[in-house]
Amino acid sequence: MSSFNLKVNGNRVSVTVDDDTPLLWVLRDELNLVGTKYGCGIGQCGACTVHVDGVAIRSCSVPASGLTDSEITTIEGLATDKLTPVQEAWKELDVPQCGYCQAGQIMTATSFLKQNPSPEKEEIRNAMHGNICRCASYNRIEKAVALAAKKMS
Amino acid sequence: MKDQNKVTFSRRSFIRTSALASGGLLIGFNFLTACKETAKPPVDISKLNFNDFNAFIKIADNGYVTIYSPNPEIGQGVKTSMPMIIAEELDVPWEHVTVKQGDLDTKNFQRQVAGGSQSIRFGWDALRQTGAIAKQMLVNAAAAKWGVDASTCKASDGVITNANGDTLGYGDVVNEAATLEVPENVSLKSPKDYKIIGKDAINVDMDAIITGQPLFGLDYTNEGMKYVSVARPPAFGQKIKAFDATKAKAVNGVSEVIKFGDKIAVLASNTWASMKGKKALDIEWANDGTLESTSDHDEELNKILDSKNLDVRREDGNVEKAFAEADKIIERTYESPFLPHNCMEPMNFYANVTDEKVHLVGPIQTPAGTARRVANLIDRNEEDIHLEMTRMGGGFGRRLYGDFVLEAAEISHLTKQPVKVIFSREDDMAAGIYRPAIKYRIRASLKDGSVTGYHLKEAAINSNMYGLIPNFFPAGAIANYKVESGNYKSNITTGAWRAPYTNFLAFAEQSFFDELAIELNTDAVQLRLDLLANVEDGKDPNIQYSAKRMIDTIKLAAEKGNWGKPNSNTYQGFAAYYSHNTHVAEVVDISLDNGQPKVEKVTVAVDCGIVVNPTGAKNQIEGGVIDGIGHAMYGDFSFEKGKPDDTNFNTYRLIRMKETPIVDTYFVDNELSPTGLGEPGLPPAGGALANAIRNATDKVLTKQPFIKELNKRKTDLTV
Repeated sequence: MSSFNLKVNGNRVSVTVDDDTPLLWVLRDELNLVGTKYGCGIGQCGACTVHVDGVAIRSCSVPASGLTDSEITTIEGLATDKLTPVQEAWKELDVPQCGYCQAGQIMTATSFLKQNPSPEKEEIRNAMHGNICRCASYNRIEKAVALAAKKMS
Repeated sequence: MKDQNKVTFSRRSFIRTSALASGGLLIGFNFLTACKETAKPPVDISKLNFNDFNAFIKIADNGYVTIYSPNPEIGQGVKTSMPMIIAEELDVPWEHVTVKQGDLDTKNFQRQVAGGSQSIRFGWDALRQTGAIAKQMLVNAAAAKWGVDASTCKASDGVITNANGDTLGYGDVVNEAATLEVPENVSLKSPKDYKIIGKDAINVDMDAIITGQPLFGLDYTNEGMKYVSVARPPAFGQKIKAFDATKAKAVNGVSEVIKFGDKIAVLASNTWASMKGKKALDIEWANDGTLESTSDHDEELNKILDSKNLDVRREDGNVEKAFAEADKIIERTYESPFLPHNCMEPMNFYANVTDEKVHLVGPIQTPAGTARRVANLIDRNEEDIHLEMTRMGGGFGRRLYGDFVLEAAEISHLTKQPVKVIFSREDDMAAGIYRPAIKYRIRASLKDGSVTGYHLKEAAINSNMYGLIPNFFPAGAIANYKVESGNYKSNITTGAWRAPYTNFLAFAEQSFFDELAIELNTDAVQLRLDLLANVEDGKDPNIQYSAKRMIDTIKLAAEKGNWGKPNSNTYQGFAAYYSHNTHVAEVVDISLDNGQPKVEKVTVAVDCGIVVNPTGAKNQIEGGVIDGIGHAMYGDFSFEKGKPDDTNFNTYRLIRMKETPIVDTYFVDNELSPTGLGEPGLPPAGGALANAIRNATDKVLTKQPFIKELNKRKTDLTV
């Protein structure tokens, strides 16, 4: 067990957990930020995607104890006073079915669009390929990423 | 099928009203009784009280409406679409409506189920009636206030208007309305007057989903709750011989380890500790039955297909005679593996069993039946059980089974503390209730250019096609027709998986029809239309598909999908299938990329009657089609000595973005009662894809997953 500080969604928080505890479980069980989802635990499905210093990572596969110097952003911290263009696009196109994977999808899309603000169709499909949507709302995810890019330009 | 215009009801016993202390009107109705197809109003209305209701409409004195939706939401969209139907007849602006998941009272619940794509179909009449009755009461209250006859007043968009042009908002009369008699008869709107039904309404949980608010079972926590991982036998047919929990108990955060049945629960202060604790258990497993492998199942199912003693499920004419007189006989055997459901939210449930009550919270498709099973298991009265449903991160049939609820209840009962059982992905895939492996053998006799006989045998693990499935197309279309089935009892647990049986049966039959079309030198679509021309709608009560509706659906798909006129380097495949009361036809366009199929587009025509919420409806079809293509292409789940070969997404392949086609959906325009959409889009997809692949490569695919037959190795999907 060790105690350390994290910066999550702009707030300094202190946690006491085992050193090997993945960020996912620190967020969910210690900080009550349950928007980040558990899907597979081995970095294969993308449901747990969060941003570390703006870059999308799989929070199930990264111990929180190594992230004390980083800015961590979760789905809860994405919108400040209003929805982000990515969230707006998701809403406008009525993307979710069950909705469980969508936080991870939105986090992946947000980070991707930061790196590539005007992506081609194939670039979107490549970027989102790592996130599984079991309901297969893939058509709408693809369109929403394109729409978000348009909104941001 | 019935005409929707000007239907009146006299079923007021489903409805009660009362004034709210805080101002406003509360309308309660028994959604489940009301939505039951065969339900009759209770004889003695006076014996009903508010406890008998499970769905409520609250109209506040500002006119805003809250609808408490009672049905489980698993991503099929009923939490949005069912309240839309009430709001339509109540005639309030959709923007003034808030939808909440109804609180549950298992004592009074009989049919609170999400499954079989039936929620909208059964709910249609009752929901409209409820909204219309509420509206009539508000109109009656306004008329009384004005001292005019109610028939001279109209209500629209939450405002009541009389002949003089005076207006009152719903909120202005709710308190008076609450004291009025429930009207005996009301008229329902004509579909041409719909303002909410047929217009896109986004998911009512949208904002919570996209901002990460707690919604799902896995998100639920409660004071003092322990997180629990459960070690279950790694192979079907095993039990615990001995175990040592010393190392597990040494894991930081682990508070308790208990054995229950053939399982061991590790309780901890957080999920990670419970998972680590479980891994640290030393367990010796012993065999307690046969350890079955996929090769054993293969053999057993083949034996069934070869057997002469199967259960006859439907028989018309004389197939033996047709085969004896045939010019040619075509025979194929189709094979599918087990499939896990793989809901993105793994199975989980919260339970707190105390002397006073049993509190259960989580994602479950069958709360009533599950609550009863819990009561039996821990010897409690059903009245002690309070079950709350959360939004579900997918269901696909898996959450019909309450095994995980029983585990949580038993652990809480034994340890006397609130617990939440959480399956890891590996637990979820290895302790599944799988789509059973199935084989179909289909034979057809051809004579003088037509199909004279059709004989289908089903060999499945544990159970067979249910209900009216043996009467689905081509029953009624071929004079000599026979369906038989048999099963092999395995200790591997199996159950419903999105569009049970038809999810694979449709592939087998729709692939087979294309082979018949080739033999008969007929266009694949034309063959289906020719067969459907033999069917007389309504003649056989067991045949519930409509030839007319299927023909219209097929023609719409062929037209919108440019059937027979593919783009260059594109190959097409067709399939049409009726299931869950909905008719669907699909045209799949593929191209070849290094000889491997790339699915480009699927054009879908659907006849589900009136489309309540087009955006939600299309979402279901898009998802169902891609799900069907994904599992037909990649879904591969086998067992070796009782143990599944895959337990996570690194080796178990689900379809992902780059493999998905564009899905274009068109609805047949009619005013018939709506039917469900959660399942019917899926069954035709695999068949249409197989037909496109055959048209492109001449490869006849008879086994799922196709990827194996297409000589591609199962790849590690590290991303």
